[in-house]
Amino acid sequence: MVVYGVYIVSKSGGLIFNHDHNVPKIETEKTFSYPLDIKLIHENKKIVVVFGQRDGIMVGHVLISVNGIPVTGRQLDDGRDVFEVLENEENFPLNLRFGRSKMTTNEKIFLASMFYPLFAIASQLSPEPRSSGIEVLEADTFKLHCFQTLTGVKFMVVAEPQQQGMEVLLKKIYELYSDYALKNPFYSLEMPIRCELFDTHLQSLLDTIEKQGVSNV
Amino acid sequence: MSRQGTRLDAKKVNSELFTLTYGALVSQLMKDYENVEDVNKQLERMGYNIGVRLIEDFLARTASGRCYDFRDTAEKIQMGFRLFLGVTPVITNWSPAGDEFSLQFESNPLTEFVELPDHCLTLKYANILTGVIRGACEMVQMEVTSWFVQDQLKGDSVTELRIKFVKRLEDAIPAGED
Repeated sequence: MVVYGVYIVSKSGGLIFNHDHNVPKIETEKTFSYPLDIKLIHENKKIVVVFGQRDGIMVGHVLISVNGIPVTGRQLDDGRDVFEVLENEENFPLNLRFGRSKMTTNEKIFLASMFYPLFAIASQLSPEPRSSGIEVLEADTFKLHCFQTLTGVKFMVVAEPQQQGMEVLLKKIYELYSDYALKNPFYSLEMPIRCELFDTHLQSLLDTIEKQGVSNV
Repeated sequence: MSRQGTRLDAKKVNSELFTLTYGALVSQLMKDYENVEDVNKQLERMGYNIGVRLIEDFLARTASGRCYDFRDTAEKIQMGFRLFLGVTPVITNWSPAGDEFSLQFESNPLTEFVELPDHCLTLKYANILTGVIRGACEMVQMEVTSWFVQDQLKGDSVTELRIKFVKRLEDAIPAGED
């Protein structure tokens, strides 16, 4: 049982909740000598591997640290520019750590609001009238399950493709939402859910499902 | 009404506690406003705010689908009363056009220990219910109005709540639903 993440999108299309569940962390550290045999570029405020995949360092991975010093943007935390360090032969050998890039909260909000029109388009493209929107979106590495309530709130779960019983999980999350978010008098509708009780109950729901399977909740 | 275990066996709360709490709320409003009309309005507004949240609980618990007919809606509202208040009102007095019906209550849990004093005969004691119904229906894209036509507190033999369908809120229907 692997659920990668849970998202809730409000009636008006804003991301009001996200929870990263079980995303395996992939990081590789390796010592490099001059000249560097990996092509790196600066893109979207990250330094990304574009070519020269090997030893667990994949195209698309980002540079996390140089000699243990973390990288932010194209700068090291001590103020030096990463590309200047990498071009200077005197600095070598260098210990570079690469990993999969993490989505920032802003990127998640952006993607959630992209899904909203996609869902609407899907229902309009349908050859049959009165089609629902996207309920399942499948890729080779994940499957996205979406459940829209009658009031227009969307619950989404990103999970492994072969994962069964996600509809049950989505309904359970809806119940938790109606209990611990909506019945909290200090939660205002359409706003991001910052309710600790909701978080803990969601976490324990996901843990139970992970250990005992969907049929036991 | 938070609950564990099987869904429909909700953790039961003694209804007297609820009745008394509601009584405290109404009497506090009477002190705060003095004008009975304002109290009626406030109760309705509070009910509305409860309704827009409570509908999600109803939907999550009953897994009911969308209503395409007001008769469905009537049954769902009746089910809601059973679920949240433990009473089953009778659905009667359909208008010929099928857009208006009444819910008749033999007993109303909100008014169990209540006698209206003479100076507030215009008080709609259980007016919070009209707000709850309006709020809940609005969230599923239906505009309704409701009002009390008979009230046991005012000497009628039953309490009767009339509910009228106004329109479907077409703009608000979520994509992939219409």
